[in-house]
Amino acid sequence: MKSKAWTVSSSITTDLWYNCLTSGGGYHCKVASNEDWIQAVQALMVLSVLFCLLSLVFFLCQLFTLVKGGRFFFTAIFQILASLFVMCGAIIYTVMSPDRAVGVEFGYAYILAWVAFPLCLVSGLIYIILRKRE
Amino acid sequence: MLTILALASIVLLGIVPQQSEAIVIYTGWERHALVGSDIRLSCSFFSWRWTSEDVTFSWSYRPDGARDSISIFHYTGGAPYVDNKGPFRDRLEFVGNPARRDGSILLKNLDYGDNGTFTCDAKNPPDIVGRASSVRLLVFEKVPIQAGVITGAIIGAVLGLLVLIVVIYYLMRFLVARRVFNLSVSKHGRKGKGKEGSQQRQLWRPPPVTLLPLTS
Repeated sequence: MKSKAWTVSSSITTDLWYNCLTSGGGYHCKVASNEDWIQAVQALMVLSVLFCLLSLVFFLCQLFTLVKGGRFFFTAIFQILASLFVMCGAIIYTVMSPDRAVGVEFGYAYILAWVAFPLCLVSGLIYIILRKRE
Repeated sequence: MLTILALASIVLLGIVPQQSEAIVIYTGWERHALVGSDIRLSCSFFSWRWTSEDVTFSWSYRPDGARDSISIFHYTGGAPYVDNKGPFRDRLEFVGNPARRDGSILLKNLDYGDNGTFTCDAKNPPDIVGRASSVRLLVFEKVPIQAGVITGAIIGAVLGLLVLIVVIYYLMRFLVARRVFNLSVSKHGRKGKGKEGSQQRQLWRPPPVTLLPLTS
């Protein structure tokens, strides 16, 4: 259960969409709180995935339509925007996440979000430097 | 082919009502309300039979955390009987229309103690086999935003902005191209008119000076 959660404690795991409580072998899940900040984090994560996908599509497009020696600026813009969205989402979650009590720690999904941000940024920057082969 | 279809439909029509003569009751799933407000809990049913005169509606209430439920409303023999001893005394009103299969009740002046599950059970003799339906009432101080509304709004706004930027970009390109086209057309047109004007001026020549010496 630790793998797909953002916050874990001994019996409660929370991710972006559900809060699940494990008790006696089964678990009760309810939709994550209706607070504004978690909906913003959800939106930013979904948008970053969308923009990453769009940047891939545009990269394939530009690969065939760009002049020789041209740079992939369009693709780079989308990739860098995607990395900014991930960064904003991770920051909002860190700041607004409640219950920094003993025994409550961040799960792997949260760590993955922070790892994804620099990787996305580096990939976007590489697109800027990249040139189509002459 | 048509006769087979007709026979099959007659057979089906004969079988289906026998099996599904259960009454189906509809209430909401969950209702949110503010403290101090009124709320209308709706209950209606579907039955293959006509609405009989002995139709009955009954509502019962189970508070959050309690194990048993108490009956708070009953409609039978054409008359409604509201709660006059329990938690909803003087706060319950019958606003339904049994002839139209509507057994809704109105709860007034809600409080936090009214959180719980309300169950509606309706019977339409001889159609009495059915499952009661429950609606959960949640009383808030401030009605929270539904899950996903802000998420959808942010995603929609960003994607809309993206589409707008793309449209504006292509519009600007189109307008600039058209302007360049118009300029080039007008340049060609002016050159042509200039040539014609100079030709006309050449045709109009002043009369020769040789006429004057004749008069002297």
